[in-house]
Amino acid sequence: MEKFISLAHGDGGELSHRLIRNIFIEAFGDSKAAMFDAAEIALAGGQIAVTTDSFVIKPIFFPGGSIGKLAVAGTVNDLAVSGSIPAYLTCGFIIEEGFAVSDLKIIVSDMAKEAKETGVSIIAGDTKVVERGSADGIYINTTGIGIFKQGISCSLEFKEGDAIIVSGTIGDHGVAVLTARGDLGIFSPIKSDCASLNRMLRRVLDLSEGIRIMRDPTRGGLATTLVEIAEDFNLTMKINERSIPVKEEVQGVCDLLGFEPLYLANEGKAVLIVAEKEKEKILQMLKEFPEGRDAAIIGSIIGKEKGQLLLETPLGSKRLLTRLSGTMFPRIC
Amino acid sequence: MLEILKQSNNPEICKPLAEAVKEKAKQFQNKFGRNPVFMEVCGSHTMALARSGVKQILKNDVQLISGPGCPVCVTDQKSIDEMIALAEGENRIICTFGDMMRVPGSEKSLLDSRIAGKDIRVHYSPVEAVKVAEENPDKEVIFLGIGFETTIPILALMVGEAEKLGISNISIWMTTKLVEPVLRYLLDSGGDHMDGFLLPGHVSIVLGEDSYRYLVEEYHMSGVITGFETAELLSGVYKLIELALTEQTALVNNHPSVVSKTGNLVIQQWFNKYLTTCDEAWRGIGIIPDSGMDLKPEYDRYNARKKFYIEVNEPRKSKCRCGEVIRGLISPMECPLFAKACYPMNPIGPCMVSTEGSCAAYYQYMRECF
Repeated sequence: MEKFISLAHGDGGELSHRLIRNIFIEAFGDSKAAMFDAAEIALAGGQIAVTTDSFVIKPIFFPGGSIGKLAVAGTVNDLAVSGSIPAYLTCGFIIEEGFAVSDLKIIVSDMAKEAKETGVSIIAGDTKVVERGSADGIYINTTGIGIFKQGISCSLEFKEGDAIIVSGTIGDHGVAVLTARGDLGIFSPIKSDCASLNRMLRRVLDLSEGIRIMRDPTRGGLATTLVEIAEDFNLTMKINERSIPVKEEVQGVCDLLGFEPLYLANEGKAVLIVAEKEKEKILQMLKEFPEGRDAAIIGSIIGKEKGQLLLETPLGSKRLLTRLSGTMFPRIC
Repeated sequence: MLEILKQSNNPEICKPLAEAVKEKAKQFQNKFGRNPVFMEVCGSHTMALARSGVKQILKNDVQLISGPGCPVCVTDQKSIDEMIALAEGENRIICTFGDMMRVPGSEKSLLDSRIAGKDIRVHYSPVEAVKVAEENPDKEVIFLGIGFETTIPILALMVGEAEKLGISNISIWMTTKLVEPVLRYLLDSGGDHMDGFLLPGHVSIVLGEDSYRYLVEEYHMSGVITGFETAELLSGVYKLIELALTEQTALVNNHPSVVSKTGNLVIQQWFNKYLTTCDEAWRGIGIIPDSGMDLKPEYDRYNARKKFYIEVNEPRKSKCRCGEVIRGLISPMECPLFAKACYPMNPIGPCMVSTEGSCAAYYQYMRECF
């Protein structure tokens, strides 16, 4: 384990994985619950889902959203991909001395708007202000509570031939935020995909029986999310590079900087593994929603032993995909 | 333009082209009893060949060797230690290309120094550092100037910009490299096992097609200037095999839409105004005379080597074989550390950490081929 915390420990890649496994799970126990985006707990009268997430984005306003919208949508999506109906949120703010109240108002308004549209209630909150220089503007933590509908859930019964679906183009959020920072001198028209997916995913889950698992490929991107599923459930999965939807502008920025869209963050996309016979039906259902219009079948489960993710290139060769290895830095030329 | 690029990656075009290359390679094998051997000089070529699957598809038919064209990989270990020592000084802001952050020095990396509290910033353009200097007049801003002919002009541009704005608290730590001296070095020191070079599209935009004439005229070695899309790479390899098969040597410009005969004359004028050649140390090779560029003496005020005194110990010897990888003497997988002690999360040598490094390319894109 490294001696100091670095930015890469928060990127959702290999170092984040080690931090969670070696420090948090080691101390808090219950590794099973930590495998999912929200924990399922039993209370008298039914099952509920609980999740928590902290949002520390720079810049706090970016094309397509703000830290406020993100703080609601991100937690709502963690509940939704776990198969629960998002119901309540709490929020905690850590604000740096000197932060503009006008900006705070916009952020809070974005949160209220997103919560209203999503159908969740923000029921508790907390605010702390720290000295100037102790934080970078504003940090928000949201905790979400979702309710499981009896008899409807992801099955986790994976079979060879199960299809892998992504609900839209990948890497939009990563590129939008990267270019909005302005320090790379690159400008792009790309907007973040930041959006709550609960209505779309609810409909899919209610009307189909073949959903094995759903995840939102946030930090670490699509590749890291699928590697985690493959390892957690000992699945060999293959995705086809040509089938993965990527906007031309996103690919262009990636080519320029030496990044891979597969590892860029998404904040309004879901990955679903579904029964082979249900795949077309589920794809069509996703496409009926604006946030799912670019959904595509990108691969399948090809074995149930090795716990690995393969990528088939357009030329037909295959390569092994691993978790994101530390923060991506732009290349020289 | 986008349509052309998309076509260049279209499998309907690339798959038959790959088959044609294999067929041509078979003819070469039948004639000479071995596979053709080509060096891709540029690190971006190495990455593109591995990422697209071309290396995997051709692995039994054509031997593609990675060359010395990754700017991070060829940076001497002592230079890296010096840059990290430079960053350790007080009241400084170090600006650098992202690739440098994780490169291990003898004791630590720039990323380690940043975690420990040093002000080290990543920029895509050196000109951004001028703005940093303007905003921080009480600090010295130093740009770590590594790179080949593609990067050297923007380092000169940075000096020009600082001069224009009258900013004096900025300088460059120059440790740049030139393609021609290292290719001559490779050919002078046993490069005759190669049948030709895939020449870099980026560098050639600056230098122009004619700058490689020495390959054919002095060394009787073929070169094909090529772009980075899959079809361009495949057609570059095809042309090299075709030349080798007919036992001809030639220089082919396979990237004529952007590479002219004489190169970019405006950029070449910047070179002449601000820069002069100097001896440079290359990782695994040592000093090659006149293989780098430094600021002319009249710009000493922007030369970090003249402004700051940095002294480091000789680097410790390690089992890392990056020096041989960049000379094309071994493949990354022949290094005993590869994928065992050395991997992207724990790079021992620069070839594993750079986004253009051969070891990183093999680790990320070719491990299914073992």
